[in-house]
Amino acid sequence: MLDVSHKENWLGRDVERVEDAALLTGRGRYMDDLGTRPGTLHMAILRSPHAHADIVSINCSSAQQLTGVAAVLTGEDITKYTTSLVVGVKAPVTCWPMAVGRVRYVGEPVALVVARDRYVAEDALDLIEVRYETRTAVVDPLAAMEDGAPLLHDGFARNTASDRSFRYGDPESAFAAAAHRISLSMHYPRNSCTPIETYGLVAEYDPGEDAYDVLANFQGPFSIHAVISRALKVPGNRLRLRTPPDSGGSFGIKQGIFPYIVLGAVAARVSGKPVKWIEDRLEHLMASVSATNRATTLTAAVTPEGRITALDWDQVEDCGAHLRAPEPATLYRMHGNLTGAYDIPHVRVRNRVVVTNKCPTGLNRGFGGPQVYFALERLVQRIAVELGLDPLAVIRRNLVPTGAFPYRTAPGALLDSGDYAGTLEKGIAEGGLAELLARRDAARAEGRLYGIGYAAAVEPSISNMGYIATVLTPAERKKAGPKNGAQATATISIDPVGSVSAHVASVPQGQGHRTVIAQVVADAFGLAPADIRVNAEMDTAKDAWSIASGNYSSRFAGAVAGAASLAAKRLAERLARIAAAQLNVPPDEVVFAGGKLAAKGNPGNALSFSRVAALSHWSPAQLPDDTAPTIRETAFWTPPELTAADDADHINSSLCYGFIFDYCGVEIDRDTGEIHIDRYVTAHDCGTILHPGMVDGQIRGGFAHALGAALLEEYAYGPDGSFLTGTFADYLLPTTTEVPEPVIIHTQTPSPFTPLGAKGVGEGNCMSTPACLANAVADALGVADIRLPMVPSAIAALIQGEERPAPEGLKARSNAPKATGAKGEKMMRGEGRASIGAPPEKIWAMLLDPKTLESIIPGAHGVEKVSDTHFRADVTLGIGPVKGRYRAEVTLSDLDAPKAVTLGGKVEGNLGFGGGSGRITLTPDAKGGTDLSYTYEAFVGGKVASVGGRLLDGAAKVIIGQFFSALARRAGGSGGAASGPGLLARILSLLSLFSGSKGDGK
Amino acid sequence: MKPAPFDFVRADSRAEALSVLKAEGTDARIIAGGQSFMAMLNMRLARPKVLVDIMRLADLATLSEAKGDVLVGAGIRQARLLAWDDLSRTLPLIAKALPYTGHVQTRARGTVCGSIAHADPSAELPLCLVALKGHVHLATAKAKRKVAAADFFTGMMATAKADDEMIEAVSFPVAGREGTAFREIARRHGDFAIVACGAVATDTGIRLAVGGVADVPTARDFPLLEGSALDDALNSFAYELDARDDVHASARYRRELVRRIGRATIEEALTCRA
Amino acid sequence: MPRLSADQRHTVAFTLNGLPVDGVAEPRMLLSDFLRQTLGATGTHVGCEHGVCGACTVEVDGMLARSCLTLAVQVDGASIRTVEGLAPAPDRLSVLQAAFRRHHALQCGFCTAGILMSLDAFLKANPEPDEAQVRDLLSGHLCRCTGYTPIVRAALEAAAELSAQDTAACQEEPAHA
Repeated sequence: MLDVSHKENWLGRDVERVEDAALLTGRGRYMDDLGTRPGTLHMAILRSPHAHADIVSINCSSAQQLTGVAAVLTGEDITKYTTSLVVGVKAPVTCWPMAVGRVRYVGEPVALVVARDRYVAEDALDLIEVRYETRTAVVDPLAAMEDGAPLLHDGFARNTASDRSFRYGDPESAFAAAAHRISLSMHYPRNSCTPIETYGLVAEYDPGEDAYDVLANFQGPFSIHAVISRALKVPGNRLRLRTPPDSGGSFGIKQGIFPYIVLGAVAARVSGKPVKWIEDRLEHLMASVSATNRATTLTAAVTPEGRITALDWDQVEDCGAHLRAPEPATLYRMHGNLTGAYDIPHVRVRNRVVVTNKCPTGLNRGFGGPQVYFALERLVQRIAVELGLDPLAVIRRNLVPTGAFPYRTAPGALLDSGDYAGTLEKGIAEGGLAELLARRDAARAEGRLYGIGYAAAVEPSISNMGYIATVLTPAERKKAGPKNGAQATATISIDPVGSVSAHVASVPQGQGHRTVIAQVVADAFGLAPADIRVNAEMDTAKDAWSIASGNYSSRFAGAVAGAASLAAKRLAERLARIAAAQLNVPPDEVVFAGGKLAAKGNPGNALSFSRVAALSHWSPAQLPDDTAPTIRETAFWTPPELTAADDADHINSSLCYGFIFDYCGVEIDRDTGEIHIDRYVTAHDCGTILHPGMVDGQIRGGFAHALGAALLEEYAYGPDGSFLTGTFADYLLPTTTEVPEPVIIHTQTPSPFTPLGAKGVGEGNCMSTPACLANAVADALGVADIRLPMVPSAIAALIQGEERPAPEGLKARSNAPKATGAKGEKMMRGEGRASIGAPPEKIWAMLLDPKTLESIIPGAHGVEKVSDTHFRADVTLGIGPVKGRYRAEVTLSDLDAPKAVTLGGKVEGNLGFGGGSGRITLTPDAKGGTDLSYTYEAFVGGKVASVGGRLLDGAAKVIIGQFFSALARRAGGSGGAASGPGLLARILSLLSLFSGSKGDGK
Repeated sequence: MKPAPFDFVRADSRAEALSVLKAEGTDARIIAGGQSFMAMLNMRLARPKVLVDIMRLADLATLSEAKGDVLVGAGIRQARLLAWDDLSRTLPLIAKALPYTGHVQTRARGTVCGSIAHADPSAELPLCLVALKGHVHLATAKAKRKVAAADFFTGMMATAKADDEMIEAVSFPVAGREGTAFREIARRHGDFAIVACGAVATDTGIRLAVGGVADVPTARDFPLLEGSALDDALNSFAYELDARDDVHASARYRRELVRRIGRATIEEALTCRA
Repeated sequence: MPRLSADQRHTVAFTLNGLPVDGVAEPRMLLSDFLRQTLGATGTHVGCEHGVCGACTVEVDGMLARSCLTLAVQVDGASIRTVEGLAPAPDRLSVLQAAFRRHHALQCGFCTAGILMSLDAFLKANPEPDEAQVRDLLSGHLCRCTGYTPIVRAALEAAAELSAQDTAACQEEPAHA
């Protein structure tokens, strides 16, 4: 029976996902699940252990000779086939996907191997010998701009890639007139959303057509396609870029695969075979891509009532070692909405972009939002504290008024729609704020540490392709040509039996786009979602796509689903005309429902959908004269509101702006500094909700990412640029036992600018939640300086005040000043003494005897004596199960016979590098023996520091102490082994420490 | 991230395993549950020439109570010990500590003896062995010996086990009337301990073992102290452990936890004496 | 047994989801690679290769195991279950799988296979778990998409459903609408 009554739409319903059956039964088709052509080779990449060093030499000959190895390539080889990747600003700087002459971050590719399988490729990596001359590294963005800071790129003076100032309204007058000027300086740390599936690609080269074909789990934006083809020196039509059907998550990160696409493509070209590469987790953590860290000083001009009249932003963005496109987009993505959810008429901005010896940055969920809102919402909390106001009152007083939409912000964003106050009040009422406030009172009455935090944010979505150009001056922009819009693409096809397929250029990474598109198209045609087959793979050689295609800036619901809706409606309009001719009714009286096209009000007068839909195939002659075939329709959609930046640098950086109001109650354990989240409430207005389950899924997922950023996650670097969180045992993701269930509240204010009224929703909690949690902790502790992540150790230090001193005769190690080496290494320091039953002269002779020294370096082969006090050796060393090959240098210096000598060692090998020196002092004792005392400094870097940081410091004392007691035993004739390990060996054995997964050993 | 090449022996007998150790010395490694060691292999931090798998030796997969000791064979997985009906009665401290060791999935593979052999200073089982004054039973092809816990752990991931020795079992004395308690602070559930405390309280004194701070799990015996005397003792102990900073926690934080969590653990142990 | 030499490939045979399978592997080959590349059982995913993320979790002789921390040669003769063996028929979902779909307990689905394996084993041993137990179990898995809440809900609902059915025939759902 035909149902012509208005059927409820599929859109907006919580339907089960079409994706899930395959994914739940192990039939997903992710990058590494797809077969490869016979003969496909596998790539592995050698990476720099140093944060900053010149490459003196690379010897690949042993690697090349290994059975199964097809090719070994270095940076110099890559430059023969490519041009530099696009750098994000105009500057005389190059950016190669593999280091050329110099490494600038730990993990930077230095060489690649192509071999018959990954195991053999990694065997070959072990055989490549690279000699480095280290440089001083700089890791802090503020230090990088100082005089005399080590320079990463000659083309970036003071390591500063860009320094732009902006002025909107009349900030000077507003500050001059303000009753209060309240300021806060903040550091947002480095973190990353680390999808569980890593990067992967298969690349192939056809020399006959000089064309590359790459399958990669790249997520877009496809603006990067142009970057890749340019680097490979082919026109866009000779770079076919395809994506697999399924992706194991991205959150922005898989944009950063593109330098590896270039490497894989060159590897395929050189080896003449398809080349596959799957990034491993160590590579991912140290070198894929991360969010920017940012140093921000934000100042507000404030009235006594807490009304903010002006903001002054000073942002220093750290993009890591290379400014790879699309950076510095992270800094500019939020530019139009730097006023947050507030009505602030005057804004001053200084944006500096800095390079440091850390991994290059890129897309990451929230993209610029976490950095901005951590500053802005922390400042709003400080304003309340300093003025003695309720933070909620300050938020309410400054929100963009409900009747003001669309609202133009001072820097140029056009906030499309919203009812900020209404959403806030709904959140307060339904989330139970009153109850939390009562709980806070009760807890505080008992002396417990309980705090409440708030955060309000607008969540931008559907980026304007032109916002990045705001980094350029208006004159530079004119020269570069106009950039704006946000082209979205969707294609609907009808086959000869009238079944409907849809394709969208959205490259989903798990969000369920296929399901929503099926809902959208089903609604347009009066079909069920199951009738629609949706394909979301991308193939740049065959599919409709444009520069803005891809999965980023939360553009799916607003832009892509909207484009699909437009394409479907265009087809539906033509199908209605076809049907109208046969049903003898006007086209606007044709109703699509229940798989039929029927005359309105006359359900008996109907045709089956498939019959009408197939007509263009079977009988085009029957099409009405003015009606085009209905075989395929591609819609391109871009909103007119996304214009280029104007000459005064106003930019509408995104099309849609959702609203979020969060609050939470937290309790902090006085003993441990642990933060317990009592309740977290997040109220969202993301416009029209297309699929409630998926929207909540995005909110919960974003919340968990944000919780990680707030409490657990940081890509930590040592002062020498060594990377310290190289495993999932040190880079800590939240698990089920850390993530509470947030209370989610919705309001829906449709966007007037998107076809379906929907806005993005996937990133908002990454923006609001870190600030909200930090505000709660600030409220609980009454402190202003909150750093992320809020680790218990640091929180405890805020609570617990002065430490109880050590009892007489004991002192705390950490009271000693923190030492750094000449190049910023974190030095492990220690000291000790030993009593030896031999006179100083005997010990002295031992220490200076080259033969003794030589003999106590275990595992040495090919010892080369450079001078009486300088040796080189190849050594194989380790302790316990750990073994590594190293090149070692040993020196004796500052000789003061027979009283003191400095013994120095430096090693470098596959597992990393290390060095140290020990000053040994010999004093005769009363019994004819010697009182030997020593101080030492040692450092370790490279792989072992990345994966074993937890244990390095603690090992130094034991290991070096063991050396000296062994020396004491030998010198004292107490039977110490003649080949006992030396200082060098002991320092080397530091390299063997490891913290991997936890469990049993053996 | 794939292991370097190695030979593999699935030992059919104890003698076979020990003969490989004797022949290869430091180039051979025993693999049991492999939950730490396999990750080291994958990262190529470890490069043995030969791996000897002992998990099919039925005579190592024994768990028994005899002569006042619980003897845990080298083939006993952590999950098996945790599921043992007599665990709470015989080894209440381990019953409390073992749920903190890794996760359900790693305990399903990881062995008790393997964790002790690995000698991670933050691990729970080495801490329990020290707290309870247990023993490690070592064997070579020719001889056997029994090493007290305090002598077994010689440093960060270093033990008294010689290259040609393997752990056949560990033994823990069966609990009497003493009270026990275990507390641990880690960044996340299941992570390496920043500080772990195990306490054993009798009518005459308290023994507190601390993991995660010094290079080895370290136990200290105290008389029955109260109030500030206990605080003083714990403060001395905290400093003597010579804590370090690392990426997860400061040395000061570790000392603070020894003082605070140590005290709470002791108090709990005192209250649950029989 | 004879010593398996590093530079040779050796036959490894076991039962996979009830069926006999075999292939050849160097001693160093990880079980995760052997399942995926040699046997084509790509439902088990690899997320970290150091035993933390849990994506590669499978069942070996009735016990959970990280297949990235297991060598193929170690499981010769064993009985192994993977995600491919959970559904009662190719076009049906198990109770647990259906609950995952209903609750949107997966987004990208990459970590899901390991989580399903852990829950499948766990629910057999603990038919009436509380939320804390489920969260404790799942703390051995990393998921970056869902925030875990829907996974916990799906697990608890599946547990309730399974224990309600008890010995009655399973009410699995068809895989497609």
